[in-house]
Amino acid sequence: MELTELSMLALGEKLGSGEASSVEAVRASLDRIERLDGKVKAFLHVDRAGALVQAEAADRRRKDGRRAGPLDGVPVGLKDLFLTEGLPTTAGSRILEGFIAPYDGTVVKLLRAAGTPILGKLNMDEFAMGSSTENSAYFPTRNPWNLETSPGGSSGGSAAAVAARMVYGALGTDTGGSIRQPAALTGTVGLKPTYGRVSRFGVVAFASSLDQVGPMTRNVRDCAALLQAIAVPDPCDSTSAPLKAPDYLAEIEAGVKGMRLGLPREYLELPGMDAEVRAAVEGATRALERLGATLVPVSLPHTRYALATYYLVAPAEASSNLARYDGVRYGLRAGDVKNLLAMYGRTRDQGFGLEVKRRIMLGTYALSAGYYDAYYLKAQKVRTLIKQDFVEAFRSVDAVLAPTSPTPAFRIGEKVSDPLAMYLNDVFTLPCNLAGLPGLSLPCGFTRAGLPIGLQILGRPWDEARVLRIARAFEREHDFDRRSPPLGAG
Amino acid sequence: MSVSDFQPVIGLEVHAQLLTRSKIFCGCSTEFGAPPNAHTCAVCLGMPGVLPVLNEKVVEYAVRVGRALECRINPVSIWARKNYFYPDLPKGYQISQYDQPLCEHGVLEIDTEDGPRRVRIRRIHLEEDAGKNVHDAGGGESLVDLNRSGVPLVEIVSEPDIRSSTEAAEYLKALRDVLVYLGVNDGNLEEGSFRCDANVSVMRKGSSQYGQRVELKNINSFRFVQKAIDYEIGRQVELIESGGKVAQETRLFDAVRGETRSMRSKEEAHDYRYFPEPDLPPLRIPEGYVERIERALPELPRARLHRFTASYGLPAYDAKILVGDRALADLFEKVQSAYGGPAKKLANWFTGELLRLLKEENAELGALRFSPEQFAGLLKMVDAGELSNNAGKDVFAEMFRSGRPPGDIARERGLVQVQDSGAVEAAVDAVLAANPGEVEKYRAGKKQVFGFLVGQVMKAMKGKGNPALVNAALKAKLGD
Amino acid sequence: MSLTLEEVRHVAGLARLSLSAEEEALMRTQLSAILDAVAELSRVDTSKVEPTSHAAGEVPPWRSDEVRPSFPPEKALGNAPGKVGTSFAVPKIIE
Repeated sequence: MELTELSMLALGEKLGSGEASSVEAVRASLDRIERLDGKVKAFLHVDRAGALVQAEAADRRRKDGRRAGPLDGVPVGLKDLFLTEGLPTTAGSRILEGFIAPYDGTVVKLLRAAGTPILGKLNMDEFAMGSSTENSAYFPTRNPWNLETSPGGSSGGSAAAVAARMVYGALGTDTGGSIRQPAALTGTVGLKPTYGRVSRFGVVAFASSLDQVGPMTRNVRDCAALLQAIAVPDPCDSTSAPLKAPDYLAEIEAGVKGMRLGLPREYLELPGMDAEVRAAVEGATRALERLGATLVPVSLPHTRYALATYYLVAPAEASSNLARYDGVRYGLRAGDVKNLLAMYGRTRDQGFGLEVKRRIMLGTYALSAGYYDAYYLKAQKVRTLIKQDFVEAFRSVDAVLAPTSPTPAFRIGEKVSDPLAMYLNDVFTLPCNLAGLPGLSLPCGFTRAGLPIGLQILGRPWDEARVLRIARAFEREHDFDRRSPPLGAG
Repeated sequence: MSVSDFQPVIGLEVHAQLLTRSKIFCGCSTEFGAPPNAHTCAVCLGMPGVLPVLNEKVVEYAVRVGRALECRINPVSIWARKNYFYPDLPKGYQISQYDQPLCEHGVLEIDTEDGPRRVRIRRIHLEEDAGKNVHDAGGGESLVDLNRSGVPLVEIVSEPDIRSSTEAAEYLKALRDVLVYLGVNDGNLEEGSFRCDANVSVMRKGSSQYGQRVELKNINSFRFVQKAIDYEIGRQVELIESGGKVAQETRLFDAVRGETRSMRSKEEAHDYRYFPEPDLPPLRIPEGYVERIERALPELPRARLHRFTASYGLPAYDAKILVGDRALADLFEKVQSAYGGPAKKLANWFTGELLRLLKEENAELGALRFSPEQFAGLLKMVDAGELSNNAGKDVFAEMFRSGRPPGDIARERGLVQVQDSGAVEAAVDAVLAANPGEVEKYRAGKKQVFGFLVGQVMKAMKGKGNPALVNAALKAKLGD
Repeated sequence: MSLTLEEVRHVAGLARLSLSAEEEALMRTQLSAILDAVAELSRVDTSKVEPTSHAAGEVPPWRSDEVRPSFPPEKALGNAPGKVGTSFAVPKIIE
């Protein structure tokens, strides 16, 4: 079997036993990247030299009998909004073109400590704003399952790289669905942890109260292992909870017998749901029922307001977070400007793409004098109601099941000029971010056209272990984690 | 109509830097005077991906200030983002407090010519300082130094209770003294660690309608505060009397011309788009925290001043000098307690010799070589006549430099005055015998000869005669 | 449309975005549509609800007042588009 076909944990085991070396694993990935990424275009930057140096170090540790852990030597990729010292970090934007990160973010430090060589930086919608990776200022990434379609976004590069086996695992971020939706569209596993579970220090911020870092992998156990490596309280992040993470693999095979799983009525009523998606998700819920769970109808009455709430809160926070991109201390600075005001205006107009500008404008408006109460404040209040819906639902169920994306992968170019149509991609994923809950997507079927469909599992705060356990129970009864996109030539 | 027909109404906003070692949201040093951008990190540079983490000392100092000014400390207060663009503001927003500040509803009592006045404190909140812009005369560019970015500030906002420029200056001095006493600020207006903006309006006396207020910025000395406010009051009155209306604006004080000038009016009046800072949880003060800080509060300057004049009976002038420096006042009380003699005498030594030597030797009160007991001992020796005043000063200077006991120094130098009346009388006898002519002159009425005779006795006693004894003995023997 | 061109220009000014005339027109249309869509929030009864200003549940402790190493000048200014010595340099502020 090709090295690149192995899961993270399986590779980790081979590295541990000495059957393979990390250098070989990195080389295999780099070869595959060279062969496939011309078509997939998942990478913004490949760090050949750095990854090999890190792989050599991993191999030395193994020889000395001091492996850093089960993932030591397993190569990964990082969405390009993680600050990686000495490497470019663009957040998919021109305004950070050429920016070399002067420090490692916390999660990057944790991965280095875990020993995972970093193969490179992965493409994304600019500043994480988008659901298709078409908003990348550089180029769109293609879905390995059908290169005419989008892999979703904003962590589209990460999802595509994992699906195409160019990396063994990756990290993404999720603000409104940006890990889960691309995972669903690419047939991979993606988890957004509870808000506060993983540090945001060193992650280019989009919406501070919604952003979370999470693992994107080929299967559920890998997801648990990668989460384990990064779920560490961080004194550099005041929103990072001082809670020790449990052992995510400990109970992961324990199954779903006796669990109560909620089916939110309002999700099935949302407009625009593709019939095949609906059928696959319903099939998945029945499969879990056969495995011993009880399906319970629940109501999340404020679901219909989640889109509006999100599209006021997130842009408002983003408009403030993106004010630092002003051409003064780093990044792009417009040339030929006569004064400071012109420098600001031209730098930001040239450096930001249309979607980013749109959201900055929306957010600025929502916070501006005279509109704050009606827009931002109102949205934050409705957000509380959306949270309360879940609190109420979790009285009677242990987790909630839902589709991840209303449609399978759509054609590149299809939705990009209609922002509202694009925003609808996130209707199922947004509420989870607004409520701060953990949410996971894993493959549960395929359309007739061969495009993956994702099942979403939402849990109580801090209950990632249960979410992973439910996902694993489903996964091991099916073979979705062993299906690979038909990319041809290996 | 004239200025006297109008009542000035003044409110003051002070931004004071807190003397923590590190910045409010990161670990960079707050030390002044480093080369540009030497004390910066990813956080205070506003790099992508950074997050703020609160310095515990900042909270402690702010609560000290709040309680010293009798404010209510809100158990929960909220951080807010104040959004605007400027090169010295790296994130494009300042982390401050808007709704629900840390402290509210306090008071600072000041002394005015008309007696004490209570100036109410509306609120005190925490925020981060911005960096510095320097306009580079040569290149037509601006240079940005972010060393100051992230230094912790308290903003202290008074109600518009102040009624004249003199009161304003009094308030600022009193406030500065409190902050310095608390050890949270160094009170340096010129270096910018204590900054003041004034809100000034005028209203016709007897009217109940407040006038339009104008904000004055860039006031960086106590002298300028009065000038700026007086100028502005005059300007507003003149404007109103000539039929004009005072515009709502911000004006800068031009110290060279002694006038206030309008800052370029901005089409968008500042819309700071305040919203709660999502990267920081609400600031929760733990149970018992405020009480603990209160118990450790020092006696504040004004209360101490009153005690020094009332209990020690010191004149206001002396008391002010002593109380002006907390460590000096502390030392005074220690020495006085060991001395027990007239406090005014000790005060003279403090305002005279001690301050002079501190300045000359460039020394610090915290590093004195002698003890309060030794100082007290020296004064007792002078009171008892063992040392003349001048000899005492010499001994003090030596004690200051070496820390050796005053008695040892005096004896070594042979400065101890002869108290023995027998020896004095013998010397007087000898001098009178050697100067019969002068004795004659004195007895004939030329009293000024007395001084010469005293001098001769002192010379004969090698300066060690106790002057009081010498005088008495001479007079007695001259038959006066 | 919910937004006037004046309002678009005002907001663009607050956000320091020098939009072209086409961008202004596009923003006006698209932002108006979005604002219309989010207007439905006004129908929700939030009279008894507090806003979710902070997403984090558990809260970490404060930091101790210790000085930690700062960036050396190469790091602080390494990405600077304009600098003079160890200062950032920007075009003059006309005021």
